[in-house]
Amino acid sequence: MDKAQLDADFSELYRAHLKDVYSYSYYRVGNHHDAEDLTEQTFLQAYRHFERAQRESEGRPLRPWLIRIAHNLAANHYRDRSRKPQTVLDETTPIAATHTTEDIAEGRDELKRILEGVTQLPDERREALIMRFALGMDNREIARAMGKTDGATKVLIHRAIKQLEEMVKSGATLS
Amino acid sequence: MTEAARPDFDLEGLLRQALAPVEPPERLSKRLEDTLATLTDAAADELDAWEMSAMKDPRNWVSVHRPVVAAAVGTTAGVGLILLRTRAKNKKHRAQASDPLDFAERTLRDLAHEARRLLDRPD
Repeated sequence: MDKAQLDADFSELYRAHLKDVYSYSYYRVGNHHDAEDLTEQTFLQAYRHFERAQRESEGRPLRPWLIRIAHNLAANHYRDRSRKPQTVLDETTPIAATHTTEDIAEGRDELKRILEGVTQLPDERREALIMRFALGMDNREIARAMGKTDGATKVLIHRAIKQLEEMVKSGATLS
Repeated sequence: MTEAARPDFDLEGLLRQALAPVEPPERLSKRLEDTLATLTDAAADELDAWEMSAMKDPRNWVSVHRPVVAAAVGTTAGVGLILLRTRAKNKKHRAQASDPLDFAERTLRDLAHEARRLLDRPD
């Protein structure tokens, strides 16, 4: 493929999915500083291998491929530095459909508990939930990003939600 | 009663709120565009020496400007990265330029460089 067309396609991919990659990175690592580094590294890796990925994708969306790069980089990040993801506590998430101050405070607590629950899930379950709920990916996209079958992904998400629900019910989250 | 025991408890809805997409900071976009521009610079290094000498000789200006015009009016492919790269470089040039003419010359040089790279290197 023409190099110029390739560059144009990459620019388009970058603009379309910067927010996705950043959101994934943020919820994966738990802070903005590392999320920025992870996002940058993801796009650099993607740029290096873009031609091949485009060729092999046969027209399918490249978002799962991008997220898979971020996923692998994050895994290496933790392996190399023996770090653990931080609990996401930043007040970055909007709280919809709340009206009174008490409602807002209660809503925040509830969301905080949910987030804490998410960070306590096993890695694969946590990642599947981030992809589903932060990025709005469907089962097929998540399966491609995680290198699983569609069926296994469906089961993974179901179990993740079930486990989180039990954690919240039993009050097993940090709060 | 815990929230999870409420009859209206909607965990998936709460997950959607808790994991709302996060807007990347402006500085990240700038940083990424700069990095990508630098990356593509490295691939085009071999043209730089020729370009610097060519721009000093007015007889070469026509050949340098032609691809610029062609890129501006006829080429949509690659425009994304040209603009991305030129925008990233403009700030650097503003800091380096000794006067507005110098700044314009540096920017023009970049556009010529980018356009020629796109037109001459179809690989």
